[in-house]
Amino acid sequence: MAVMTYRDALNQALKEEMRRDPSVVIWGEDVALYEGSFKVTRGLLSEFGEERVKDTPISENTIIGVAIGAAMGGLRPVAELMTVNFALLAMDQIVNHMTKIRYMFGGKTHLSIVIRAPGGGGSQLAAQHSQSLETLFMHVPGMYIAVPATPADAKGLLKSAIRDDNPVMFLEHELLYNSKGEVPEDPNFLVPLGSCEVKREGKDVSIIAYSRMTVLSIQAADELEKEGVSCEVVDMRSLSPLDMETILTSVRKTGKVVVVEECWRTCGLGAEIASRINEGCFDSLLTPVRRVSGLNVPMPYSRKLEKLCIPQVENIINAVKEVIKERY
Amino acid sequence: MTIKLRAVLPDRDLLHLYEQMVLSREFEESCAEQYTKGHITGFLHLYSGQEAVAAGATHALHKDDYILSAYREHIQAIVRGADPKRVMAELFGKATGICKGKGGSMHLFDPEISFMGGYAIVGGQFPIACGLAFSVKYRNEDRIAACFFGDGAVNQGTFHESLNWARLWELPVLFICENNFYGIGTEVHRSSALASIHKRTCGYDIPSEKVDGMDVIAIYQAVKYAAEKVREQSRPFLVEAMTYRFRGHSMADPGKYRSAAEVELWKARDPIVTFAARLLEEGVATEDQLDCLKAKARFIVKEAVEFAEQSPWPDDSEVTTDIYVGIQEVCPWR
Repeated sequence: MAVMTYRDALNQALKEEMRRDPSVVIWGEDVALYEGSFKVTRGLLSEFGEERVKDTPISENTIIGVAIGAAMGGLRPVAELMTVNFALLAMDQIVNHMTKIRYMFGGKTHLSIVIRAPGGGGSQLAAQHSQSLETLFMHVPGMYIAVPATPADAKGLLKSAIRDDNPVMFLEHELLYNSKGEVPEDPNFLVPLGSCEVKREGKDVSIIAYSRMTVLSIQAADELEKEGVSCEVVDMRSLSPLDMETILTSVRKTGKVVVVEECWRTCGLGAEIASRINEGCFDSLLTPVRRVSGLNVPMPYSRKLEKLCIPQVENIINAVKEVIKERY
Repeated sequence: MTIKLRAVLPDRDLLHLYEQMVLSREFEESCAEQYTKGHITGFLHLYSGQEAVAAGATHALHKDDYILSAYREHIQAIVRGADPKRVMAELFGKATGICKGKGGSMHLFDPEISFMGGYAIVGGQFPIACGLAFSVKYRNEDRIAACFFGDGAVNQGTFHESLNWARLWELPVLFICENNFYGIGTEVHRSSALASIHKRTCGYDIPSEKVDGMDVIAIYQAVKYAAEKVREQSRPFLVEAMTYRFRGHSMADPGKYRSAAEVELWKARDPIVTFAARLLEEGVATEDQLDCLKAKARFIVKEAVEFAEQSPWPDDSEVTTDIYVGIQEVCPWR
């Protein structure tokens, strides 16, 4: 084990997989010479050269389309979108092409693509650079979605994503890049796609979260512990495939659920989780599933206003206290 | 001045081009009939009139060069070597179809013949062609990627992004524009500020050439030259073939935006009829030989229709396969 940042864990995953497999190639805006807007690709150009680490024009749709073609030709491209907001410029290649090609071509090809995209709010980047778009991708069949919360998961999931034969949307959180944690150094350490992890055991309430919301949920659980409330934090880690069994097992144990999502509440993934819990273990529920969500507004710039739009630790604490109080 | 056929290709190849074009026409006209009977449903975009482009261009490429196209692509797949039976079965939505009936008319695909797909979002194939060309260059393979598209696709962002990208990364992509003058019902001058599409590449420092798309030999020569340049230099090239579709945009289109006189003018330049006349005039073939090739084409298409009719529908279990590698279900939890 070594203690390292989420950024360095991702960087290590990229380096290890590029050393392991010459078919792994990387491109995106400013990923090579500039070493990435968030410096996740630091040192890659000097180690692997410009045939494998490539700067691209600001053409997001084509960044993904070229990755699709290269994957069809047998390579394993890792395409970086500078931020997830720019994925909206590439939605034609992502949704109309990448997620459809295997199916509409009768299974005659597969696309080993990883799209890395930093996102999330909290850096005062205002409406166009602060979105949490995970639900948009989750709605579409044909791709996997990884949402790591810790450095270890960031590394293990990225390595699994690069080795997987399916397209993977790999959503990194901009506010987690500097967070630190223990990371296994074994180059064969992998975290499987499609497995939730109970990050903190508890018996009174299940908090279901992902990415930075998992980190906040653990903080909330620590605070609540002091008040005698025992929370179990289930980190989704992948939104697709979604390991509902781990979630349902936790819900069967506690009977009370808070889902924490950074995305907008309307049709957000929390609604989907609540619905699947209803379908899967309604009998175990002691109270309705509660959601803590991003506010349904475009993100404001001002620090004071921005804070109102993103779930905070106290919002999670309050939601847990309310479900604890509820009696049905 | 028209070049003599035998100065370009041996008799066997000339007859092969004729055979491919008559097979193409027979196939497409049979599709129209099957559509009217309700055997083919959904969108159906037919290629009649444009046969010289697919036949001439494909003949000029190597067998393992990648080919990509849009949604009017039955013929590009067939002249590349797709089995007409399996293409027709795909159009019928049958299990024996080239894509198991999951793609239909607009999404034919067969990597075994390097036919890398029909794409139905206008302009979607440009960056994918660049990506395939990158894989070729990365692995130092002796192949190029040929990307067919229509005049309507050149106002999509992907066209410009991909031209820039292909030149910047020096990718072996041959862009082949089939300019049939109409994007559905909008004439090219009503959609493009510069309707002369081959001139648009100058902004990306890419060479280009315009060619008569009704003349299979002219296409063959232009694409042969362009493909050699692409292969030698590992750089893109664009060929614009001026052609015409004899039918509407799709079977749903009566084509009222074109005058009868205009259509007749182009039909008088039917690429199959004019090529047949040249074959006879230059003594490459006799009437009997050409009739024989036509009969053969009719037989192949008849067999294809019978095969499609008799083929089974896909099993219900197929609806959730081929989405992901490794798992069968749409939603593993459900």
